[in-house]
Amino acid sequence: MDEIKQELQSSSRATHQDYFGKALSYLCITFVGLLVLSILYFITTRGLATFTENHVSLWKFLIEKNWNPGVLDSHGQPQIGALPMIVTSFSVTVLSALVATPFALGVALFMTEIAPKRGTKVLQPVIELLVGIPSVVYGFIGLSVIVPLIRHTFGGTGFGILAGVVVLFVMVLPTITSLSIDSIKAVPMYYRSASLALGATRWQTIYKVVLRAATPGIMTAIIFGMARAFGEALAVQMVIGNAVLMPHGLLTPSSTLTSQLTTGIGNTTMGTLPNNALWSLALILLLMSLVFNILVRFIGKRGSLKK
Amino acid sequence: MNSKTTNNIATGIIYVLVAAVVGILIFLLGYILITGLPHVSWHFLTSAAQSFRAGGGIRDQLFNSLYLLVLTLIISFPIALGSGIYLSEYAPNNWLTGLIRTAIEVLSSLPSVVIGLFGYLLFVIQFRMGFSILAGAIALTFFNLPLLTRSVEESLEDVSDLQREAGLSLGLSHWKTITGIVLPAAVPGILTGIILSAGRVFGEAAALIYTAGQSAPIVNYSNWNPMSTTSFLNPMRPAETLAVHIWKVNTEGVTPDALSISSGTSAVLIIVILLFNLSARLLGNWMYKKMTATK
Amino acid sequence: MKKRSLFSTIVALSALGVLLTGCGSSSSKSSKSTSADSNVKITAVGSTALQPLVEQAASDYQKANKKVNISVQGGGSGTGLSQVQEGAVTIGNSDIFAEQQAGIKAKKLVDHQVAVVGMTPVVNKGVGIKNLSMAQLKGIFTGKIKNWKEVGGKDQKINVVNRVQGSGTRATFEGAVLEGAKAIKTQEQDSNGTVQKIVASTPGTISYLAFSYVNSKIQAPSINHVAPTDQNVENNKWKIWSYEHMYTKGQPNAAAKKFLNYMDSSKVQDSLVQKLGYISIHDMKVQKNASGAVTTK
Repeated sequence: MDEIKQELQSSSRATHQDYFGKALSYLCITFVGLLVLSILYFITTRGLATFTENHVSLWKFLIEKNWNPGVLDSHGQPQIGALPMIVTSFSVTVLSALVATPFALGVALFMTEIAPKRGTKVLQPVIELLVGIPSVVYGFIGLSVIVPLIRHTFGGTGFGILAGVVVLFVMVLPTITSLSIDSIKAVPMYYRSASLALGATRWQTIYKVVLRAATPGIMTAIIFGMARAFGEALAVQMVIGNAVLMPHGLLTPSSTLTSQLTTGIGNTTMGTLPNNALWSLALILLLMSLVFNILVRFIGKRGSLKK
Repeated sequence: MNSKTTNNIATGIIYVLVAAVVGILIFLLGYILITGLPHVSWHFLTSAAQSFRAGGGIRDQLFNSLYLLVLTLIISFPIALGSGIYLSEYAPNNWLTGLIRTAIEVLSSLPSVVIGLFGYLLFVIQFRMGFSILAGAIALTFFNLPLLTRSVEESLEDVSDLQREAGLSLGLSHWKTITGIVLPAAVPGILTGIILSAGRVFGEAAALIYTAGQSAPIVNYSNWNPMSTTSFLNPMRPAETLAVHIWKVNTEGVTPDALSISSGTSAVLIIVILLFNLSARLLGNWMYKKMTATK
Repeated sequence: MKKRSLFSTIVALSALGVLLTGCGSSSSKSSKSTSADSNVKITAVGSTALQPLVEQAASDYQKANKKVNISVQGGGSGTGLSQVQEGAVTIGNSDIFAEQQAGIKAKKLVDHQVAVVGMTPVVNKGVGIKNLSMAQLKGIFTGKIKNWKEVGGKDQKINVVNRVQGSGTRATFEGAVLEGAKAIKTQEQDSNGTVQKIVASTPGTISYLAFSYVNSKIQAPSINHVAPTDQNVENNKWKIWSYEHMYTKGQPNAAAKKFLNYMDSSKVQDSLVQKLGYISIHDMKVQKNASGAVTTK
């Protein structure tokens, strides 16, 4: 009798397993959280050192156009104006997302609305392969194909924002496409049935119903694509020209935050102003990816309220 | 213009866009393979790299890439699996979960060079690992984790709640339901996630330059003791991967055949990724059938 | 039941994997410290330009000295110098004198010069320039001369590609050519290979490279009618050259010293150094100090 009582009162093996499993998954997520926190802490402290230790004014950092961290200007102030890089990074990011979106939507609609079976079979591997091509390879193809092509077509040196946009467009395409597919797939089937039953053509259904319903998801996809473009370094660095100048157009060499970071970091010494300034650029990248994510969450909330 | 014509035009445009994307991929693959394949030979795959003479191969780089990938997956997959399970099955819908999700997204959009430097300062210098495969694998884990976690979470969420309810109503514990019913059903999705992230890991260069290093010391492929410094299995040795090799040969290579080495290496890299995709897909289908008893 | 156990095995196995890698790292660490006396580890980090030379020398050296394990990595001169100063690596490879790098306490470091590298301006073949004067070169890189016809070439806009700030190549070039004047803001590239490609393919481009990267697709003009050759560097007729340094923190330990001596031996200097396109330190008839003053040896 007592044995049964004991067995009934104590928790079973399955319960123990349950606790164990739960603990395991909590442990994992805590670990990931700590990881992110440590990186955030690391970059923030390094990035802020420019302003706290070297006493550079934040305002000057954001709006000045001269980037020359190793050299002092006539007032004895280091020249670290990050504006040209911020502007270039934004132009490259926005333009490449703009170019990529129609293509991504086309592919996504083809895979979900027009030819779901055949389309998925052919295009899924295409998208995965585009992700799989390393950014180094993208960069070198950009350098040996895109840059000469732009030079022959438009003149100039070929290096510049346009070349960066062309390369990044291909690189963000898979991101935008696969996230758009997810959001289009999430539109309930009865929306489509209702629209078709009203006599709408397939395009009318897609344009007026499916795309409308999937808009928040598509916006999210575009923003994630932009986040990817904003952080891409090696490929952009090879085609953008790396001149810290305000971009005067799409064809003049300029420099993004990431390209400046990658080219400069090996040539500076830890703890000096030029190095700290580069970490401040990394901090901007970090803050921007935060902004992108907050935007996504905001859109997600707005979108879900409509339903 | 009536709605029928509009429909046809729009469909036509979609076909054109799809064709353009497929065309871009074919161009990229064609370019890489056509410029690269002529340089790929058995000798190229099985001999060591040369630093200034022509005729170097990529044996060590090829092995290093695969080894690093395996090591990265061993470290990151369990963590991603656990976190994915948490986010999809346990996480309450509150601000903390939102914060965690945002944090993971931020991690995934950080430039890899920043992660590389972080890994360099923390693992290579602070923890005295030196330039090593292990340090490289940990750095790669950093940006592999968000991708993997998200794909695990999404594949788990795609499994219909009916299956969970069925499991719970049979008296299975929550954990048993997850491991016994939900996870097997999510395997193909998780595998796709692993392939996608593996492709990124395989092609990563910027983060590895500062962690796994860019030299491939002589290793002995018959030494199976992972603790020995000359063993090919030793995780503490520096290792140059294919992507890093492409980068290095292109930027500072002084060999007379630098160009053909880099295009040959790119071709090999792409072929490996192709093979990887293909086999993982077959494996995914097979596992799905095996585990869910779908005939 | 079978399926379930299969899955939990997978989960358990992967969890085990984490534990094992964790243990693996700690145990290999301990084994490293115990075997420290039998196996010596030397790490050389820094300049990417110097890396191929040191790497090849190290691999030859290790064939004769099985007990020594030398790991050579890039990362840039700045990284090399700061890491050797921290004591994190045995040797810091650098293209520039430690004195020239901000934030480095050069007095604590011991310089070992292992090779000389000559640098030359290079132009795209289409501009039709075979010779430039030093003043013209300065004019081009400071932005005063904007068209090739001003220096006797075609009527074509000059496209200047500079090297990355803080890099050894740029410091050397600006020290020899610009003499304190400010370079124009323009494209910057950080590697010899990329510059070589850009100059070869972009009309009207000028940049500068280490001798070993000059090939038949680009033109290296002479300066004041002195051709960029090793002989002209050796007697300082050609002014744009610098040392490749391997710095140690204080005097090197026995194993590192042996390796550095090997780098200085005629075995490396007379064959490997030249094969890789550097100039042997033994052949130099002059020497340069950190502030750029040249004296005869």
